[in-house]
Amino acid sequence: MKRFLIIVLAFVVAITTIFPFLWMISASFMNSGEASIYPPKFLPDEINFSHYSSLFNRMNVGIYFINSLIISLGVTFFSLLFNSMAGYAFAKIRFKFKDSIFRFLLSSMVIPGQVTMLPVFLLLKNMGLINTYFAIIIPGMASVFGIFLIRQYCYSIPDSFIEAAKIDGANDFQIYYKIILPLCKPILVTLGILTFLGTWNDFMWPLIVMTDSSMYTLPVALANLMGEHVQDTELMMAGSAITILPVFILFIFLQKYYISGIMLGGVKE
Amino acid sequence: MKLMKKNNIAAFMFFVIPALVTLLTFFFLPVFAAFLLSFTDFDIYSLGDLSNLRFTGFANYLDLFEDPLFWKSLTNTFYFVFAGAPLSILVSLSAALLVNSKLIKWKSTFRVVYFLPVITTLVAVAIVWRYIYHPRFGLFNYFLSFLGLEGMDWLGNPVLAMPSIIILAIWKNFGYNMIIFIAGLQNIPSELYEAADIEGANWWQKFRDVTLPLLAPTTIFITIITMIGYFQLFAEPYIMTQGGPLNSTLSVVLYMYNEGFKWWNIGYATAIAFSLFIIIMTGTLIQLAIQRKLDR
Repeated sequence: MKRFLIIVLAFVVAITTIFPFLWMISASFMNSGEASIYPPKFLPDEINFSHYSSLFNRMNVGIYFINSLIISLGVTFFSLLFNSMAGYAFAKIRFKFKDSIFRFLLSSMVIPGQVTMLPVFLLLKNMGLINTYFAIIIPGMASVFGIFLIRQYCYSIPDSFIEAAKIDGANDFQIYYKIILPLCKPILVTLGILTFLGTWNDFMWPLIVMTDSSMYTLPVALANLMGEHVQDTELMMAGSAITILPVFILFIFLQKYYISGIMLGGVKE
Repeated sequence: MKLMKKNNIAAFMFFVIPALVTLLTFFFLPVFAAFLLSFTDFDIYSLGDLSNLRFTGFANYLDLFEDPLFWKSLTNTFYFVFAGAPLSILVSLSAALLVNSKLIKWKSTFRVVYFLPVITTLVAVAIVWRYIYHPRFGLFNYFLSFLGLEGMDWLGNPVLAMPSIIILAIWKNFGYNMIIFIAGLQNIPSELYEAADIEGANWWQKFRDVTLPLLAPTTIFITIITMIGYFQLFAEPYIMTQGGPLNSTLSVVLYMYNEGFKWWNIGYATAIAFSLFIIIMTGTLIQLAIQRKLDR
């Protein structure tokens, strides 16, 4: 009896969790106006792809999708490179002041990102980088959290591996490239998916630096579309589905890495 | 020996410089710049010609103190943090206990399903929920009608708008803290529960005397990160209510965005951002002080 109740409760929570997504997908296939009736309908009369095709054909969603993809891949690539280099150095290269430097970096975790937004905007404006991919990619190339994750992971690599390579005549760069990077693969996948999804989902910064509509990312374009098409429920649901779908697919395949990243972040205190 | 030390510095710098330069240029120096900007009258005229920029001392902060809209945004944000964060943590803990229960099947499937809202794009789900809350056609009112409750204009009513945003935020975020709670629960040695079983403790006694105390460090950590995150409320009101109705969902960050990036009152907006920073830091220090007291 107790077991039955607990399973029922678990199902109720699960349905509450996924119901908005199911309705979003269902409504995105409805005919125009079909989602705005009372009592509400849960399934479309017929499958209608027209909202998806008008998003791509008339509303340039293809361009926004590519913008989002380029920016997210760019940030992920550079942050993996820079953070893994720094994380390795903080964990494995001997240097007198490295712990004080690292503590200084960690202190930044309580500073909300919004504090830096106006100065960074002015800086990028002076550099002529507003409305370019660089406006999002360059500030995202390194993160304290990323360096922290890699550093913790590198501590678990035995020093003897590195010493053995040194005896064989490897220099520091070869050690990083041939030993550290391959051994760090699981944490790199974790950091990669956290960074990719974080950038894909980000809203406030792209809203600020991408003012030209041809440079919008998907979330910014979606917010903008909402202003003009607030009555077109079915169209907005199709737009939301296009934004969410890549994230879902990526998560389903790599969920193990994503969840382990959160658990690692959670035990840092 | 000296040579080796030198070598190490060079190698360390080679690996650290790219990340360090990025962080200094786009984080640490901007924090400092924001501090300075908050003591100036940087506005749209200074944006065109820097000679219009003047140092105004504490004027921005004094203005903030007398700005009813700033107080409104601060009150709203505190409402969101102090009602939303504890509720959200409570839901996370309950969900963690639920999927961690020995009685349950398909644990990992439930875990993944509960986690789905966390990874999805906030803008997209805020749009979906805006329609769910629709006063005439929304599903929320439809389901309430089965309970015999009357439909409401959730986002259009100044009293209900913030609670509606809190419900969305809990739905969106509870999976994240749930995962951290599960990690915390799995770290509790099972012998403690066995010992409690031998002494005939019931479920509630075990929860109160074993689970909660041993989960305290996890809970403090979760409280800090949730609080920091909830203080930065922005996209939900931006998408769902634009801060309305009657500014009842205007958050500090939304107010900063409007002042800084809509009206280009950059000096004033940085003062708003800095005030938020001070509030978040104070909150974090209080939590850490509580933790230190508990440790003793």
